[in-house]
Amino acid sequence: MATRWYQPYIGVKNRGINPEGFHVSQIKFYIVLIPLAGLMLLPIIYIFSSAFKPPEELFAYPPPLIVTNPTMKNFNDLFSILSTSGIPVSRYLFNSILITLVTVAASIIISSAAAYALSKKQFRLKQTLFVVNNVALMFVPIAVTIPRFLIVENLNLLDTFWVHVLPVLAMPVGLFLLKQFIDGIPDEVIEAAQIDGASDLHIYWRIILPMIQPALATIAILTFQAAWNNADTSTTYINNESLRTLAFYLTTLTSTTATGADAVAGQGVAAAAALIMFVPNLIIFIFLQSQVMSTMSRSGLK
Amino acid sequence: MKTSLSKWVHEEGSAYAFLLPYALLFIVFIVIPVIAAAGLSFTFFDAVQAPRFVGLDNYIALLTQDDTFMRYVLPNTLQFAIIVGPGGYALAFLLAWMLAQLPKIPRTIFALILYSPSMTAGVAMTVVWRALFSGDQTGYLNSFLLGLGLMREPVQWLQSPQYLMSIMIIVTMWSSMGIGFLAMLAGILEISPELYEAAAIDGMSSRWQEIFLITIPSIKPQMLFGAVMAIVGTFQAGAIGVTLSGSNPTPQYAGQLIVNHIEDYGFLRYEMGYAAAISVVLLLMVLFFSRVANRLFASEA
Repeated sequence: MATRWYQPYIGVKNRGINPEGFHVSQIKFYIVLIPLAGLMLLPIIYIFSSAFKPPEELFAYPPPLIVTNPTMKNFNDLFSILSTSGIPVSRYLFNSILITLVTVAASIIISSAAAYALSKKQFRLKQTLFVVNNVALMFVPIAVTIPRFLIVENLNLLDTFWVHVLPVLAMPVGLFLLKQFIDGIPDEVIEAAQIDGASDLHIYWRIILPMIQPALATIAILTFQAAWNNADTSTTYINNESLRTLAFYLTTLTSTTATGADAVAGQGVAAAAALIMFVPNLIIFIFLQSQVMSTMSRSGLK
Repeated sequence: MKTSLSKWVHEEGSAYAFLLPYALLFIVFIVIPVIAAAGLSFTFFDAVQAPRFVGLDNYIALLTQDDTFMRYVLPNTLQFAIIVGPGGYALAFLLAWMLAQLPKIPRTIFALILYSPSMTAGVAMTVVWRALFSGDQTGYLNSFLLGLGLMREPVQWLQSPQYLMSIMIIVTMWSSMGIGFLAMLAGILEISPELYEAAAIDGMSSRWQEIFLITIPSIKPQMLFGAVMAIVGTFQAGAIGVTLSGSNPTPQYAGQLIVNHIEDYGFLRYEMGYAAAISVVLLLMVLFFSRVANRLFASEA
């Protein structure tokens, strides 16, 4: 007995999974998705809007969601003020950019090299190491803040540039996704190169890396998010203000428990900083999203 | 011997060379911290004197003497985890399932919107939540509810024990369409249309049957990946209460989760052995929930 609302997909164009165009049956999804998407967007609209609000609109009651007289004042304020410790905001921004670039580049190389070995090389511990990495997918870094701190202290990494980079690099999800993607490359490709006398390094650099660009893009995004949005490292491991990041500076702007006028004036500057934090995430994801999707289709955990 | 060594170098040595940088970092920043946490959990350690072995005392104290843990932290953590984990996960699956049935361009736009909160979870968003839930009348929620005449006085949302937990749950759910959501969406898109056609011919009679008999079984591996990401994300998000309320401990411990309890003992009271014992409990909880997910979605191999 077929219920009336269930109609099989056979022979009906644009019904079912991955349709090419519009069909009336899709309306119900739009009815759910459009309001939900609107709700999800509200906070993001708020960031964009508040960053450009002049003080009188920040003070206004009731608070307007959309800015009416946009101004760059908040950005000027952000870059002209010094933090309480006398560091200009541009320094935090520079640190964030440098740390993120180095982390993303290093993460791509280190994870893809390991993934190549785990996927295509034969060695005794291969299966064990893959299982260990899969268990580590469940790792919750925040749980081991204390032992990590002791290790960083013992390695003399406190208050160094590298403490921003090194702990982020061991990213089990990244290795897992890359390994799954490299599994999709036929062994024949590698065997053919070996017959031509190509070295391992050559195979990795000239054959594997160009073939896994979607997966590399995905790792780049994940690492970018981990590094760029990271405020914890600056809080936990860094005392030298000139080595801290923009994400950290933003937490100092929001953690002030100031009320009234101070809080409102601070809101504009905080929103400007939040916008600078948010926009790079967005741009990178928009550019790389199709590559991410093709990587995620191989993300299954067996 | 020499030949077997050179053979080993040739066959396996290069594999280990490729693995070395990752493995080193993995050992230093993941394996050793976990082992160290386990080791420290059996000691008294105040970060000044060397750790002193105390056996199971920390665990016994945690279970029998730590009133805060039993009365607030554990119930809060379970409540938060059980709503945010499965709730966010089910929402992510349902949205992925809907998106998969739209054409490419609207699908991409919606996916971007739904994913965008998790891009920047935490830092930048604190600014928003502070403004939205601000305690005076300039807060958006207060102004909205006052405007509708539903309230007479502005509410100190983030400082109120009775609201803090709900706000934490909403905020975390809002950013739960992350990498697991993308994995499930990509998985559903890969399912062969013939499967659905065959099932329809065999007498499939409702959309729910289709979801449970075809869609989910076909993407079990992605479902498991998504589940593990949801579990880790849920526990990792535990600091949100302190971020929102701006204090550790949170007002009347209303938003105190296990992660905050670790920080409270480790970095505020310097009882690092005790904090390590709580960390071990947290890691075991994650492991336990992941085992459950594994039971549900493991591929029969």
